[in-house]
Amino acid sequence: MKPRDLTDLAVRNLREALLRNALTTLGVAVGVASLVAMLSLGVGLQQLAAKRLSQSGLFDTIFVTPKNNFRGMGRPPREAASEKPPRALDEDARKEIEKLPNVIEVYSQVRFFTEVRFNGKPFATVVAGMPESSRNSGSFDGMTGNFFSSPAANEAILQIEFAKDLSDKPVSLVGQELVLRYAERQALASANAADASANSSEPTGGFSVVPKELHLKIVGIVETEPAAGFGGMGNARLLMPLETASALRAAQVNDLRDIVRDNTANKTTYPSLSVRAKSPAQVDALETSIKNMGFGVFSLLDASKSLRTFFSVFDLLLGIFGSLALAVATLGIVNTLVMAILERRREIGVLKALGAADSDVQQLFFVEAGVMGFFGGIFGVLFGWLLGRAITFGTNVYLQRHNLNSIELSSVPWWLVFSALGFAVLVSLVAGLYPASRAAKLNPVDALRYE
Amino acid sequence: MPIADPAIQLDHVSRHYTMGETHVRAVDDLSLTVPGGEFLALLGSSGSGKSTLLNLIAGLDRPTSGAIIAHGQNIASLSSLDLARYRRNTIGMIFQSFNLLPRMTLEENIELPLRLAEVERSERAPRVREALERVRLTHRLGHRPTELSGGEQQRVAIARALVNRPKILLADEPTGNLDSNTGEAILSLLRDLQSGLGMTIVMVTHERPLAERFADRLAIMGDGKLLSAAVVEKGVAQ
Repeated sequence: MKPRDLTDLAVRNLREALLRNALTTLGVAVGVASLVAMLSLGVGLQQLAAKRLSQSGLFDTIFVTPKNNFRGMGRPPREAASEKPPRALDEDARKEIEKLPNVIEVYSQVRFFTEVRFNGKPFATVVAGMPESSRNSGSFDGMTGNFFSSPAANEAILQIEFAKDLSDKPVSLVGQELVLRYAERQALASANAADASANSSEPTGGFSVVPKELHLKIVGIVETEPAAGFGGMGNARLLMPLETASALRAAQVNDLRDIVRDNTANKTTYPSLSVRAKSPAQVDALETSIKNMGFGVFSLLDASKSLRTFFSVFDLLLGIFGSLALAVATLGIVNTLVMAILERRREIGVLKALGAADSDVQQLFFVEAGVMGFFGGIFGVLFGWLLGRAITFGTNVYLQRHNLNSIELSSVPWWLVFSALGFAVLVSLVAGLYPASRAAKLNPVDALRYE
Repeated sequence: MPIADPAIQLDHVSRHYTMGETHVRAVDDLSLTVPGGEFLALLGSSGSGKSTLLNLIAGLDRPTSGAIIAHGQNIASLSSLDLARYRRNTIGMIFQSFNLLPRMTLEENIELPLRLAEVERSERAPRVREALERVRLTHRLGHRPTELSGGEQQRVAIARALVNRPKILLADEPTGNLDSNTGEAILSLLRDLQSGLGMTIVMVTHERPLAERFADRLAIMGDGKLLSAAVVEKGVAQ
């Protein structure tokens, strides 16, 4: 039979036992719905986690160091007696890295421990410079107030806990001023670069530390510090534009180490650089490129890999639980079609007498199963989506009651819609295999005799 | 007696099967030739094997042994797909209980063999109309079978059997569920088709008087065999 006639007959047969077939289809729909709801939660949670993590800046940031300066102090060089001296992490290198594809920004981290005065009272905290790229990274979504008005503004964004320390009404802080007290490095007479100089005990260089003050306008309050990754010393609670922070030339923890190590350079070198990639997916390739330039690299990509593995397993488990309902639904299809064979025995005999081949009868039942699967899939995806929305809604009501930000808990991407639909049809066809072949094998003489 | 153009040749055909412990010889070493265009009536008591023989000719059943040659084709050796094609194209079949599909309209019932034969949609409506004209039933096309009388239903069944223009029409007790007047009308219709279309008709019946009136020849079966001198030549009833 032609496909159109086949479908026509199948739909007509299904309409005939409407209640039973509708219930069977509903069974499939419920199965698909549970699958879609489960997976949409899995996908939603994964997206939520990925978003939070990318906001944290941990997974799209590569930490670059000179090769002999890989993280900790006192660590022996990995390649003993390397042929050439390690390449300096200087301004040229910074520019070169910046030109690599998929790099948003390359910056030197500025992070120091200092004192802040507000209303005459001192508060100790860690200050961090925020690169301009963090404006659009999503880290500052949902903040109170605004991001820095310009990359070199004398402005500050406070972390909420710190803001609570400063005032009982943190929100009222926006627009007020605070005083940053910090220690500025000042080069000694012979030093020609700010942070590259000789040991302070030697007559050739070093620096002195001079106390300074800077007035900052509070422009915003944020929940957590973004890019809390590699800085050490705990989370920064006062954020300021990176350029402003760099210009302070505040003494940093790494300075002393650099002085001890780097006593030959005549130009600006960085103890480390942070490279921000466009997305975590590009970190791997970028890492390799930078490594080939002769620098040490470090990122949390491995951690994100294991996170992805975790979510794959998580999704798999959710999928298995979701599929259980679908498995039950397929038994419903088998049952319905086997019943239909008994009822339509005579009809099958007539069809065969009129010249239907076994394969025609088989296809007819097969298509009936497929049609039930298709409609079950459509309604199932719809129900599943609604279920996901309902769960998200319920969760957000709960979160709002506890004064927490609402989240997008479930997500039904297009691939999920189509694969759920495809899966429903596929599973239904599998369920139709047995009834279809049983119907096809029916002996027409017996079938015609059947009353 | 040689027959120039046989429509059906049964050559030592047997159909045996076991039911429980008993071995049934439903058709037993039967040979029979039906010339093209003949109206043959198969008579016999119930259990004589006449329906089994009809099913064998229809290609709904396969013989245990022997050859069934229909229009030059030994259907006993056809694959099941070719057998389906044979049923579709060479055979038209009507039944005692009409066997119209109750949830389809008359038109759809008649169209069914055309769907199975994958006839183009545009060609179907004229073919259905043509078949209906042959059985003199052109109104009530959109009705369902249950809304018709028995005689009308059998006419629709005949139209359905004719729609693929088969060469052989097989009728299994076509008048069994009809009153005698209607039965006569149906048989008269079959006779017209036989003469009008040159069809070969094999009809199973146990109504001997009707068979004698309308059929060209009577074949009488008993215990799966053609009874001796069972093939009775009979003058065309007029």
